Amino acid sequence: MPSRAHALKLESALVWLACAAPLILLLYWGFTARLTANPVEFVLRDLGLWGLRFLCLTLAVTLLAKYANMPRLMRYRRRIGLWAFAYVALHLTVYLGAAHEFDWAEIGADIAKRPYITIGMAAFALLVPLAVTSTHAVRRKMKPRSWRRLHRLVYLIAVMGAVHYFLLVKADTRSPILYGAIVAVLLAARLLPAARRRMGLA
Amino acid sequence: MLIRNAPDLRECDVTDHGLYLKRRAFIAGAAGLGLAACGGAAPASAAPLKYRPNRMAIDESRTPLADVTGYNNFYEFGTGKEDPAAYAKMMRSRPWTITVDGLCERPGSVDIDELIRRFPLEERIYRMRCVEAWSMVIPWVGFPLAALIKSVGPKSNAKYVAFETLHDPRQMPGQRSAVIRWPYREGLRLDEAMNPLVLLAVGLYGQTLPNQNGAPIRLVVPWKYGFKGIKSIVRIRLTDRRPQTSWQMLAPGEYGFYGNVNPDVDHPRWSQAKERRIGEFFRRKTLPFNGYGDQVAHLYRGLDPRKLY
Repeated sequence: MPSRAHALKLESALVWLACAAPLILLLYWGFTARLTANPVEFVLRDLGLWGLRFLCLTLAVTLLAKYANMPRLMRYRRRIGLWAFAYVALHLTVYLGAAHEFDWAEIGADIAKRPYITIGMAAFALLVPLAVTSTHAVRRKMKPRSWRRLHRLVYLIAVMGAVHYFLLVKADTRSPILYGAIVAVLLAARLLPAARRRMGLA
Repeated sequence: MLIRNAPDLRECDVTDHGLYLKRRAFIAGAAGLGLAACGGAAPASAAPLKYRPNRMAIDESRTPLADVTGYNNFYEFGTGKEDPAAYAKMMRSRPWTITVDGLCERPGSVDIDELIRRFPLEERIYRMRCVEAWSMVIPWVGFPLAALIKSVGPKSNAKYVAFETLHDPRQMPGQRSAVIRWPYREGLRLDEAMNPLVLLAVGLYGQTLPNQNGAPIRLVVPWKYGFKGIKSIVRIRLTDRRPQTSWQMLAPGEYGFYGNVNPDVDHPRWSQAKERRIGEFFRRKTLPFNGYGDQVAHLYRGLDPRKLY
């Protein structure tokens, strides 16, 4: 019994470390001056990309737990989701502070004028309630059905993240299209069985 | 500012000159023994150039060589900023032939080294403003485009100059995907092209141009966004019609023919009011015509500035 508890602790620590790895690597590159000639741009892109990757991961966790018979993964879904929130929040902080030096007039104009900024901001705004309601205490207070409904927003947020990425690249849309496809597959894998069930019932 | 820069540049010039002579002597001697391929003291990829020092210095510090050669856009080698430095060695920039043709009296093709011998080289320290809102200060070595155009005798009906980059996916792996339509194309109005600021650069920091910066010869138009500075040029054509340009073909709503630096006209996806000078944390205000308005604003009198983008 104690060995099983130890194994779980070790597993949990490894998952945590894997989630933090992109951030640790970024800090390491920062201290060794390896953030390219344009560090603000590089860090902004890197954090945004990891936000999108972790969003995809949280969606994949639910599916893998269900269809690949890996229920233990569910234990880490909340943590992966919170790391997605952390990377997106850091991405936003770099955008506000380093890319725009907290020039609120400029940032306001950016949000109003440029669809990819508008979508990015809206996606972050939607992500906040999910992070807030992720703790066990809050979750217990909510009706399971409304909690699940609220957290289904993560699919919309992932789609918005992929669109945000697609709209900001100049010419090479291959990477945004890849992420768009991943989100689409994850969304379809979740929606299709539900739709089939509903059809079967009708 | 000129005084501060001058000793630095003169010293650099002398050193380069000496090395240059030594190199030539070495190759001349070696050629007789059939050893020319062994090369001189300097690597073929970065040979020193002989040039007249800069006479248009600006009071801004030059961007370090490592940043100039390690961070740029050159989609022929990939769309990442560090791809050019990683993959440009696949290109052979010697021997290299440039064709100058179209509406001129003396069209023809010329070898790059012959071209460099024909026109005296000079250094120009210019700001380089990328359309992505970052900028550098780069000491180019080259000769005015006007000198080349004059030498071929443009006909009176020539109104534009069209440029083309090498198209060879074996040497330029980025051309294997159709991110933009190859070859890369750029153009200038003839009167813009004849402006003395416009440089055909064959070097930077006193050495021959590194492949990733557009070896062996590239265009530098300091009052326009960087995408106008076409690299690794194989053809220059005089024409009576406005040439198509690569970025305009790709996204006409985002890139115009002129591409003049203008802080008041945003790119649809970001503001152009400020720029991040590479090496600095806080952004600078972008200057109209990238600070070269005194020399070029007269070219655009009577034109709508929104169309000048």
